[in-house]
Formats: sequence, structure tokens, C-alpha cells
Amino acid sequence: MGAGISGHTAAAFLRKKLGKQHEVIVVSPSQYYQWIPSNVWVGVGRMTADQVRFKLEKVYRRWGIVFKQAKAIEIHPEGDGSPDGPFVVIEFTSEANRGETERVHYDYLVNATGPKLNFGATEGLGPGHHTHSICSYDHATEAWEGLQRVIEAMQQGKPQKLLIGTGHPGATCQGAAFEYTLNIAFELKRRNLSKMADITWISNEYEVGDFGMGGAFVKRGGYITSTRVFTESVFTENNIRWIKQAGVTRVEPGLVHYETLDGASHTEAFDFAMLIPAFSGHEIRAFSRSGEEITTKLFAPNKFMKVDADYTTKSFEQWRVADWPQTYQNPDYPNIYAVGIAFAPPHPISKPMKSASGLVISPTPPRTGMPSGVIGKVIAQNIAYQIRTGKKDHPHTASMGRMGAACIISAGFSLTKGSGATMTVSPVVPDWERYPDWGRNIRATVGEIGLAGHWIKLFLHYMFLHKAKGYPFWWMIPE
Amino acid sequence: MEGKLYSVNKDEFYPPVPTKTTLFWRRNIILQIFHFFRLNLKIMRIVVKGHS
Repeated sequence: MGAGISGHTAAAFLRKKLGKQHEVIVVSPSQYYQWIPSNVWVGVGRMTADQVRFKLEKVYRRWGIVFKQAKAIEIHPEGDGSPDGPFVVIEFTSEANRGETERVHYDYLVNATGPKLNFGATEGLGPGHHTHSICSYDHATEAWEGLQRVIEAMQQGKPQKLLIGTGHPGATCQGAAFEYTLNIAFELKRRNLSKMADITWISNEYEVGDFGMGGAFVKRGGYITSTRVFTESVFTENNIRWIKQAGVTRVEPGLVHYETLDGASHTEAFDFAMLIPAFSGHEIRAFSRSGEEITTKLFAPNKFMKVDADYTTKSFEQWRVADWPQTYQNPDYPNIYAVGIAFAPPHPISKPMKSASGLVISPTPPRTGMPSGVIGKVIAQNIAYQIRTGKKDHPHTASMGRMGAACIISAGFSLTKGSGATMTVSPVVPDWERYPDWGRNIRATVGEIGLAGHWIKLFLHYMFLHKAKGYPFWWMIPE
Repeated sequence: MEGKLYSVNKDEFYPPVPTKTTLFWRRNIILQIFHFFRLNLKIMRIVVKGHS
């Protein structure tokens, strides 16, 4: 279920590792695969939607994968008593058979449904309301149209206020919003419009540079310094103001309402706003053999799927790397796995903060990009191993408390004058027992800005689309 | 960066900002080609070590 970075990777490796006697079925509501990290360039008009997406049908036909353009609405992990076993009820979204439902039986189920962009959690947020988004190629295209209007106004001599950041007290994906802020600053500088723009970053992070992973420490200029300093420096260099510890609660036309950790209510006016929404799991219900609803058995309250994580409620000081899942297997149904954003994290990574009024203003953990791809591949390897050997163990694991991640933050699209911040952390979840000083391996953690960062981001764009399209030697390209 | 005077006592007054030399090296093609390979190598090592 799902054909994003994680689901598509899992399907590709399952097809590669299993013989033709096995059937791989992908159910996804969109006919397209999209390389989400490049949506930021669609949002500033440097790429078109067609440059970041392609149709899945053609690739899956070549690979011998059955593709159903549909969304999963029910999981019946115990079946209904018929010999066909467990199944998923899907509802088609393609124009030809929209609204029709079908039962898809399975031996193994991989939930890679990604996030539901929960714009509804913040009144007035999102496309069709008062703010923009770059979470998908169509949102990013719309954001570019909005940004063009703002640029035209500046060219006519009208100063404009641009507000970028998170649109919910518990939103994640600060990295994407951060990229968009820097790209807008770059595009305005390119047009000599910087003086006409008041760019403001608004975020639920306790300090900027937290990025939902509790920040990081990097070696830089002879010091070990926090990503807070790194991020503040980048903002200052680009004349970007920042508002931190802010939970956006409501958006009106041209005005954002937010609460800060001290419990105070504020407003911020804007002419253009791109705010990342809260994420939740999709509305998928689960039923037992007898038809009794067991959704809460399979899913956490945030609608993400429960896996082999330790979901015991603990204080921040008690959090351990061992709380994070390794195999992504559902504890009640061993033939169900959840990968990428679809799995329920045991707890945040950043220290949770509550405002004086009791509002939780704190980022949720990021599970996008590289970790999603790695998890998708590892799950495919384990399932293929189990099918081929008949064994039930997991020779491959991928804990976010052990895997590293690289994040290339675009800061301007140009082959000679562009810029990008290369950030690597290892592991993603700080391991304070193994690395008591900095939480992570300081030798593997990098934070550098320069033209090379832009080249790397552009290189990864073409490399990962090459891989996703299944072109020659795609499987040699790492996640 | 301009108008530093107008940001006194504000968050944006305090962070380090790059000098002209730093900005030059950030766009120096030779150095950046070296960084391109160095950083890619670093990323590859993290990917390979990250999962069993």
C-alpha cells in the first residue's frame, strides 16, 4: 500500500528478489511517483511538475508488478473465514472506475501509505484556503503561481511579507520549509528584489535548527557547534527573521494566529505564506475475522501503524534508542509491516514542550527521504528471505537509532551561483549512551554550505529518478 | 547583511555571518568539486554503515 519513496523501493526490491511465481501488487491512489525532495524547486519555478514525477503504470508493467490506482480503506488481517486469507479493501481513484471497491488478498502486507496532509487540523491552512504548501507537486505548482504574484507586486514597487514554516503546533518536515525559505531568498536576490521582501520563518521548534530531531552538533570552523548557530547564521546572511516556539492555531486571509510557549497569543501578517501542515496516518480501518473493528489494535491514535517499537509512556530522560523499531513488523500480525512515515514512532526525538496554556508546541519526528528508502529496502529483503527460506526471522534491520541520514538542503538553484547545505547525522535518533557528549557520532555529522551542496542535490535528483524508473543498474544506487 | 544597527538586541544581531572570503570559497569551482566528491563519499559511508 503506497508508492512513495518507501513503498516504491520495497516493491522494486521485492520484485527483483522474488521469482515470477510470486505476485507483487502495489496499491496507490496516485498514478504518479513523485520525487518529493525536488518539489522545493517546483515551488520556485526552477522545475516543472513533470520533471519531478512519472507515471507508475509503465514502470510496473515492465517490472511485472500489478498496479492498482486505488486507496486502501480497510484491512482484514484475519480474513473473513474464507480460504483466501487476509485481505485489504481498496477503493479505486482512477477516472475509469472511481469509487469501485475490490478485495486484494495478501500473504504479506507492507503499509507505506505515507502521511495524510492534515490541513484540517489548523483552521484556514493549506491550498484552497489561505496558505500554500510544497508537500506535493501540485501544491508546489500552485505555490509557484502564488509566489509569482508576490514577485510581480514587488516589481511594481510594493513591499511584500512572506511567511514560511510550520502551520501546526505539532508539524514536522521543517527541513522542506527551511529549503523553501532559502530558495525564495535566493530567487528574490537574483531579481534584485531582496529589499522589497520581508521574509519570516515561523516554526514550532524550541530553537531553529532543531528539524524535529533535537538538532545536532557539527564540527565547523574549529568548533563543535549546534545546528542552531548554523541555521541562525544562514537566516541572518539571507535577511530572514525567525519566530520560534510558535504553534500556528488559525489562519485568516493575510493573517496567521499563533501561540508561543509562554502561553501568549500573537498574529503575523503575510502576503504569501507556505506553511507545512500536521501529518497523520490515513483513514484505514481494521476488522477481525468476526467483523469486529480492531483499528486501535493495528494503529496508534495518530493513525500510524504500530510496529516493533516500545510504545510505553516514558519521560524524555528515559527515552532510549532501543525504543525505536528495527524490523517494522506489526506485533500482532507478523505478516504486516509499516515503513517510511506510515509507522508509528515510539515518541518524538525533540524534547516535547508545552505552552503555559497546555498546548504542545513541539515537532514530531521526521521519517522522510533517506530513512524511508532504507526501511523500504530492508523490509523487502526480509520478506523475500522469509518467502524463499520459510524461516520467520529478520536478517536485516534498520533502526533509526543506528542508521545515519543525509539531508541536502537546497539554498539556491544555479550551477555556478547556487548553494546547498549538506547535513549528515549518524544516527538519526541521538544515542546518548553510546555518544554521551554529543548524542551522535561527531565524525560522521556534517553541516556545510556551498555550491557543492547544490550539485549534490541536483545529482541526487537525477540519480534517484533513474533508480525509481528502473533504468539500467538501478539496484546499485543506494537509498 | 545590512543595517546591523537596526537589529541590536534582536535574535538576528548575534549569529556569525560569513565573510567575503568565506563566500568566495563557497563558490570556488575547484574547491567545490573537491567538496562534491568528499561529501558524496561521506554520505555513502553513512548509507552503507546505517543498516545491516
